[in-house]
Amino acid sequence: MSATVIQAPGGDAPGGQLQARQRILTLVMVWAILLSAPLWLPLVGGYTSLGTRILVLGLAAMALNFLVGFTGMVSFGHAAYFGLGVYGCGLILRYVTASTPLGLLAGLVLGGVAGTVIGALIARRRGIYFAMVTIAFQEIFYFIAYKWNGLTGGFDGLRGFTRANLHLGFATLDIIKNDVVFYYFVLFIFALVVAVMGLILLSPFGRTLLAIRENERRARFLGINIERHIWLAFTLSSIFIAIAGGLYALLNNFADPSSLYTDLSGELVIMCVLGGIRVFWGPLLGAAVYVVLQDYISSHTVNWLFFVGGVFVIVVLFFPRGLLGMLRRRRDA
Amino acid sequence: MSDSPMLEVSNVTKTFGSLVAVREVSLTVARGELRAIIGPNGAGKTTFFNLISGFFPPTKGRIIFDGQDVTNGPVPGRVKRGMARTFQITEVFPELPVRENVRIAVEVAAGYALRPRLSATERAGVNRAIDELLQRTRITEKADRLVGELAHGDQRIAEIAMALALKPRLLLLDEPTAGMGEQETFEIAGLIRRLHREENYSIVLVEHDMRLVFHLADRITVLAEGALLADGTPADIAANPDVQAAYLGHAA
Repeated sequence: MSATVIQAPGGDAPGGQLQARQRILTLVMVWAILLSAPLWLPLVGGYTSLGTRILVLGLAAMALNFLVGFTGMVSFGHAAYFGLGVYGCGLILRYVTASTPLGLLAGLVLGGVAGTVIGALIARRRGIYFAMVTIAFQEIFYFIAYKWNGLTGGFDGLRGFTRANLHLGFATLDIIKNDVVFYYFVLFIFALVVAVMGLILLSPFGRTLLAIRENERRARFLGINIERHIWLAFTLSSIFIAIAGGLYALLNNFADPSSLYTDLSGELVIMCVLGGIRVFWGPLLGAAVYVVLQDYISSHTVNWLFFVGGVFVIVVLFFPRGLLGMLRRRRDA
Repeated sequence: MSDSPMLEVSNVTKTFGSLVAVREVSLTVARGELRAIIGPNGAGKTTFFNLISGFFPPTKGRIIFDGQDVTNGPVPGRVKRGMARTFQITEVFPELPVRENVRIAVEVAAGYALRPRLSATERAGVNRAIDELLQRTRITEKADRLVGELAHGDQRIAEIAMALALKPRLLLLDEPTAGMGEQETFEIAGLIRRLHREENYSIVLVEHDMRLVFHLADRITVLAEGALLADGTPADIAANPDVQAAYLGHAA
């Protein structure tokens, strides 16, 4: 009855290999869908700019989920940094120069700087207090955009700018008129941001964020400087979402205060929960479901939010891990 | 200064409002010593433990760790100087496998907490350290299971492995066998004895299991109603009439 335990010295754990294989399979599937979307979207009754909208809001939701799902800090005010990205990009295009990359950069800087400062101020708050303070700061930015008529156009929004074509030296990408080219441009930026996000989460720093999410007390007694790490996570998340905001300005050729409003923050949280907050790609699926439902139902009734709310309630009650979280659970079992 | 004691607590007091949880308690732990802190429920053991580990600062008194005053110092500073603790209610990262729990501790201890990536050599070093810790605590077989799915005793062992990953010179164990069965208690006791006798760790533990305490400890500190009641070898403590009256009398 002597059970000899045979260990493979130095070998990778079988669990680790399986996980790596699943990760690669997921990556291949996600990218196959995203890269081919302009081909099949019209066939299933969609259109290219709907796909672009999903990418942009999906990126925003994934950026929020970096904080909510992977650090365990719930922000109900992330539209602030999204909206600052929108206005940063719009203001540059409107008043300074017709350059798409500069617009995106300005959005990133504006949202990133705000996130850095506010993150430092709120990193000590926890739970509901943290969430409340994020809402309070969002209201401040909303009212600035709403009241500063001369600069932002106030309630009517900032008009009179369009995204500019991209000059690569050897070629010019027509992102103004060609929806498909614009889709691939957005997908390119999306890919860059998501790659950075994924690599951070797989790094030692990313693991400290998981540690804080899983058990803050344990993390503190391992010697992790919790406040500093939460602050960094908040800053990174606000930079990621500000880039999505910049893309949103380019998509609509328009910036308005609703992109800074509580409603959008709530929608982003809903997208995260719909798709699954513990799953990297969950918020993208959540954004897809949300945007498609909105697009489809709102063409039939103005009360579309009622039906979206119904779907949300069903998901929360029956698939608390979200749509993708549930799929992964089933595959593991 | 290796001739200074590992830990020197002088006259610490902790009050919460009008409640005096710990009153003027002193304690000196020599290098390589295993010290047990016992006392009836509500004696202030866990509060005293939290003062030592920096969970909150004392109202009065001083705490010298390894020759350095750490009385009001934050937790990360103590951890860096070599103090690691476990909790009465096991504190682990439940949704991560044992190996990843230990990995986080190893990486933080190696100063990689803010690193966006590791070189191949660094990663190999981390993996080696993890394998070694898993073997020392004899939990290699369960390395790929989620900690949250393990039995209570194994979770506690994983927690101790994480504490060891910090390369501590002083290990603080808050009721390491709380809520465990016979077999689990036996395994944890074996692990603590190995750490103490074979690896020469200085250890302070709070414990309710008297057999374990008298079996393992070099010296025992008895607290009652927040104050120091007795301090001595297991034989002294067993013979002390005050202790028998306050504590062992009720337990026996």
